[in-house]
Formats: sequence, C-alpha cells, structure tokens
Amino acid sequence: MPRYFTEEHEWIDVEGDSATIGITDYAQEQLGDIVFVEVPEKGTELDKGAEAAVVESVKAASDVFSPISGTVTVGNAALEEEPELVNSSPEEDGWFFKLTVSDAAELEGLMDEDAYKTYCEGLD
Amino acid sequence: MTDSELAETETATLPLDQWHREQGARMVPFAGYRMPIQYEGIVAEHDWTRNHASLFDVSHMGQLAVSGEKAAQELEKLLPADIATLPVGQMRYSLLLTEAGGIIDDLIVTNTGSTYALVVNGACKWDDIAHLREHLDDDITLTHYDDFALLALQGPEAAAVLEELVPGVAKLTFMRAGLFKFGGEHLWVSRAGYTGEDGFEIAVHEKHVRELADALAADERVKPAGLGARDSLRLEAGLPLYGHDLTTETDPVSAGLSFALAKSRRESGGYMGHPASMVRLEQGGTASRRVGLALEGRLPAREGAQVFAGNALVGTVTSGGFSPTLDHPVAMAMVETEYAQTGTELHIEVRGKRLPACVVPLPFVPHKYVRKGS
Repeated sequence: MPRYFTEEHEWIDVEGDSATIGITDYAQEQLGDIVFVEVPEKGTELDKGAEAAVVESVKAASDVFSPISGTVTVGNAALEEEPELVNSSPEEDGWFFKLTVSDAAELEGLMDEDAYKTYCEGLD
Repeated sequence: MTDSELAETETATLPLDQWHREQGARMVPFAGYRMPIQYEGIVAEHDWTRNHASLFDVSHMGQLAVSGEKAAQELEKLLPADIATLPVGQMRYSLLLTEAGGIIDDLIVTNTGSTYALVVNGACKWDDIAHLREHLDDDITLTHYDDFALLALQGPEAAAVLEELVPGVAKLTFMRAGLFKFGGEHLWVSRAGYTGEDGFEIAVHEKHVRELADALAADERVKPAGLGARDSLRLEAGLPLYGHDLTTETDPVSAGLSFALAKSRRESGGYMGHPASMVRLEQGGTASRRVGLALEGRLPAREGAQVFAGNALVGTVTSGGFSPTLDHPVAMAMVETEYAQTGTELHIEVRGKRLPACVVPLPFVPHKYVRKGS
C-alpha cells in the first residue's frame, strides 16, 4: 500500500479508491502536546486543500487541510477521547479520517517517504 | 497545517542563544528575539514548574533604571503608584497610562537604593523608553541595561536551589529584592515571577549569564522551560499579558488592576491618566471587566473568540488555552460588567460551536508566593 506525504506534513495511505489521512511524526513533534482534535463527519465532501480537521495543542489551534479531494467515509472517533494518540502514534492509531478518492490524479506530485524525509531535513 | 508560525525571521539573539540550542530548545521569534518556546514539551515543563523548579530566560524584557535627585517625583508623574514611600529593596506592580487612562504597559518598579529599576515588557520596551524620555525631566537619567540578561527560576524548589548557589536569597520575601554575588559577580535578585509559583528573577551581566545558567541547570531539581509553559502558567495564575489582556484600549479598573491605582494618590493625583482613572474607579464604573472563564470538555477557546449570554454578544476572549494543572480549558475575557459576576453561565463560540463557560474567580490556580510574615 503506497504512502504519500505532503509539504503540509500530512500522510496519505491509498488502498484502491480509499485513502487514510493523518499528520506526520514531524508535525506532531512541532505541535507539541495535543489536547483536542476535531475530525470531519462522514459524508463531508472535501476539495483538495480544504480545511478538513483542527488540531488544538496547548500552544495553538492548527488546521489540517485535505491533501486530496474526496468524500469522508469515517473520522477517527478514538481521537475524541484520546487526542494524545496523535502524539504517541501519529502515523498509525492517530489517523484522522478516511475518504473515497474522487480524483486519483491528485496523488501525482506528492512525495514518497524518502522524498518527505529529505524535505524535513531541509527544514531543520 | 501551515509553517507560517514556524517561519524564521530576522531577529536578535539572546546572550544564552547557543545554550538554549544545546538544551534542545525549539527557538521562535518573539518580541524581536529568537526565543525558546519549548524544550521537552510545554505540558512537561509546565508540570515541572508547579512541582520543582524551572529556569526561564526572559532577557527580552526591558531592564531600565531611572535616577536623579527627583527620580521618585518624576516617576510619579507617569505611574499611579506611591513611589516616594517605596522602601529600598521593595517592588511594586505598576502601569504606564495614557491621558485617557488606557494601559501603555505594565511593569515592576523596584527601589534599588540608588535608582528606581523598571522591568517592562520586551515587545513594549522601545515605546516605553520613548514615553519615559519624553515625559521625565531632562535632569533625570534613564539607563537601559541592554547588556544584562534576566533569568527566572520558578517553582516550589526554587528557593532551596538558589540559596545553595547564592546564599542569602531565601531571606527575601515576595516582591523584595537585593544585590547578591555569584562567582565574584553581582546579581540583582528579586523574589517575584510570572507563574504564580514562588521564585526569583535574576538580573546578571550577559558575560556571566552562562555560568549562572549552567550552575542552575546542573541541579537535578531544575529544568529549562520555554515561553509556551510561561504562557500556560501565567494564564492559570490569572496574570494578564500585555498586548492581549491589556492594551491602550483597556484601563486598570476594567482589567481588575485597581490595586495598582495607589490609594494614597487617588485624591492627590498628578499622574498621567489620573482623572480618567478616577471617573471609572469612583463614579461611573466601567462597561466591561476582565474575568476568568472555566470551560468544560477539552476544546480550548483562544484569544478573539466571542462570548455570549444567551444570544447576546457580551465579550471577547483575551487569552485562552488548555490548563495542564486543571485538565480543562480556561480563558480570560473582557465581558460586559453585568455578566462579570462569579457563577454567571456564558458561552464562548469556537468554530461555530457554543461552549459553556462559567465565570470563576482569578487566579484559576492559587498563587504560592512566600510573603513576609508567612
């Protein structure tokens, strides 16, 4: 299953026409202690770049933008009770939402893991 | 997510810049300086301060001194405090006011014996200097100690830690200050801070600050803490932050800082903003008040969020966040006076949701100052 990354520090796992989206370990490290996560509701139609979720850390609120267009099939309900999963397991249990991909061509141009790693090293 | 808040800009560096990086700090631009926002994490640093002792670098703050034969009289033209009777070694919280009684800055003034030392907010210091120079008599000397660092050691173990390095400091009580020595060099130590905990602020020459920081950090009771924890700590302590809870549009009475309008000067006056302040204090009251709001759940309300009573907009959040100590969000807001009573049930709007918020007394977390006689 290919995993893609964005310059906004989101990861996207794609399986068929379904995609799972979360924020990267680098992103959670930058945000610090997360106290609240708001994920989109099932059925929400998201355009690429639309505000999809909100992460509240002790420090500030940050928007998470949808890296691709699609229709939300499920938000991660576990984050309501345990927002700290985004800190402890950002790239597995701390996923944000899943959507049905409406235009697979939008995945072109996103980074793979190596490219993202190089990108992050350039930021520090 | 955007990287704008992480963007690097051209800013000055602190004397301890390299030290912070060695301690693993993430540096951000603040008040014109690259400053440590956090080391291991805001909540960990916050909790450490409440339970042990944390070292904060607040060298961005303006360290000024006013001296001259008529220094006290001259300062009383600008500060609503009783400066002439302030004993040597004692400190007062005070304000610079506009003619209309708006708050230009909040500060601490100390009678050092030879001068009146002022510690002002970093982001305001250049404007404060201009304001002071414009209004103080030409015979008054205004000195900016821009070659001095300022460290804050805060927390219940701060006194024991600092006493080992700087004997005698534990004898100071809250809002008292004095000259001490460390490694042969002078330190000006004040028992004060901005966390609600017991602690000290230490002015030290930039040439010697690293030696002091190393000695403090070598104590296992001490960890460095950044601006993030400083903000969550001061919010829990109900302490206003200039530029957010206080502005030139805010006055001392609305802000709940009437104690800074010295009783002895309420009739005699003679300071900028006095008539306007007395109208609010003694006659008309104010349209709004600074209050504490406790929220349920986990979603914080941030600065700028609107406060409602029923459908009526009655105020605005001026500072807000998640309280690590209380494990729920808290906020300070300016609300219409009618809704400022403790126990009033209000709502704060966050992204279209109305969150229940109850007016509670400040501070949210009790102060632990070591006062004289206690």
